[in-house]
Amino acid sequence: MSLNADEVRRIARLARLALTEGELAAMQQELEGILGLVAQLRAADTAGVEPMAHAQDVTLRLREDVITETDQRERFQAIAPEVEAGLYLVPKVVE
Amino acid sequence: MISGASLTELRAALDARRVSSVELARAFLARIDRLGAQLNAFITVDPERTLAQARAADERIARGAAGPLTGIPVAHKDIFCARGWRTTCASRMLADFVSPYDARVIEAFDEAGAVVLGKTNMDEFAMGSSSENSHFGPVRNPWDPACVAGGSSGGSAAAVAARLAPCATGTDTGGSVRQPAALCGVAGIKPTYGLVSRYGMVAFASSLDQGGVFARYARDLALLLNVIVGFDPRDSTSLERPREDYARELERPLSGLRIGLPREYFGPGMDGDVREAVEAALAALRRLGAVTVEIGLPNSRLAVPAYYVIAPAEASSNLARFDGVRYGYRAADYEDLTDMYCKTRAQGFGPEVRRRILVGTYVLSHGYYDAYYLQAQRVRRLIAQDFASAFRECDLIVGPTSPTVAFAIGAKTTDPVTMYLSDIYTIAANLAGLPAMSIPCGFGRGGLPVGLQAVGPYFSEARLLNLAHQYQGVTDWHLRAPRGFEPERPE
Repeated sequence: MSLNADEVRRIARLARLALTEGELAAMQQELEGILGLVAQLRAADTAGVEPMAHAQDVTLRLREDVITETDQRERFQAIAPEVEAGLYLVPKVVE
Repeated sequence: MISGASLTELRAALDARRVSSVELARAFLARIDRLGAQLNAFITVDPERTLAQARAADERIARGAAGPLTGIPVAHKDIFCARGWRTTCASRMLADFVSPYDARVIEAFDEAGAVVLGKTNMDEFAMGSSSENSHFGPVRNPWDPACVAGGSSGGSAAAVAARLAPCATGTDTGGSVRQPAALCGVAGIKPTYGLVSRYGMVAFASSLDQGGVFARYARDLALLLNVIVGFDPRDSTSLERPREDYARELERPLSGLRIGLPREYFGPGMDGDVREAVEAALAALRRLGAVTVEIGLPNSRLAVPAYYVIAPAEASSNLARFDGVRYGYRAADYEDLTDMYCKTRAQGFGPEVRRRILVGTYVLSHGYYDAYYLQAQRVRRLIAQDFASAFRECDLIVGPTSPTVAFAIGAKTTDPVTMYLSDIYTIAANLAGLPAMSIPCGFGRGGLPVGLQAVGPYFSEARLLNLAHQYQGVTDWHLRAPRGFEPERPE
């Protein structure tokens, strides 16, 4: 399994993980090792086998469409990196 | 005496007022203070909070309102959100996170009156097999501090082995309760997927994650399961079933029990010292009346590859929530919003977590989804079908928990794939969602513990504990204490 540096950069970008050029080479090698391990799956004969998303194939329950959450804004925002007037602050995205 | 006692003995002592909950808490806190630092088993201890809970437990006992765990100390893996406690998941990302709410597992222990001794160290976000991937440093094995405790619930396993806690919680996504239990010489069980609520348990791979417990005695595990198993509407995969008493089959004789031995688990790959201990345990089980039959799990060699597609895929999705906006770490310097996300996540996550996020992102990305993720899910079904066929020929499946005893700290950190293969015997039970446990069955190289794994059909926890209890009745491996961590002599 080969994975070039551009592909690693692309995945890191998708995953929102900054990678320095120095980290890139090591990560490329480690990911190749892991993908080499999982490549064994390709040899498995799975024709006609249904994918199994969940142990026991449970069906997700539906609940009544009513509000059950209580307002805990202050408690939750007390642990946020930056808030103001009840809002979460992030760097400006629109000029 | 106290630090070596079973939960049943502690319960009797509390009920007879031979000891108070506050005295128990103080005794364990003193051991943690004296012996804990050398193992690095705990991330957070908070004696004031512990003693306040102990005082409340004593009042409840005085009122005659004690439940089975009222006044009993427990250590919680630092993956369970506990209100007012720091919940770090051993990550820089959550190093200062104080949870605003309780996980269901924490609530269940609180309702039962248990007393929290602290939060235990682990692999970051439960990703690892050695508890070395921790922002707070590696956990050390009480049997040999140069060796790993196993992972990811290594702090819980080490704490119970060193008698720093009589019982502890853990989580098991690919073996994270059973493998550290084996490497530290304690008992640990992961119930059927869906029995223990995942609410408030920091998510790693949601279709595999399952809460579990550690103790030294099989009976104690049964008492703990009685507390943590139960339907919870806040977990979308929680199972709604009638309550059961997991201790009900402990005394059942093993005569006639059919034990399946997977030929794939007894081939090359298992170390000689592990094989010797496991074979001796099988002989003991036969003397107790069990019969052994050879069975096949032909797809088991694909369990590790399937796991390392499914688990990272789910992890990459679950860990997308750590964005530096609502809680947790945020990078100090950044240029714009995307840069803030990228730097926050690069600095907040350790190397193994970053690797798994990248693998997961890759296998889910456009053009690769069918080849990796769907194929892994198809293989997952083949593995589950192997177990279903095997359980037509046997009642329980028994074999080694880990192919080796505890390895040296640092020995496997340079090559992720070598580390992943520590879990070759444990992962299949998670993929199939089956209950599984590990109990101590002897010692191997360097006097390090060996674990015996037992896997059962869905909802066979009581039978698994029956096997473990009967085995513990004729062996004393579970009573051995690591040198330097022996329980105090009776006064």
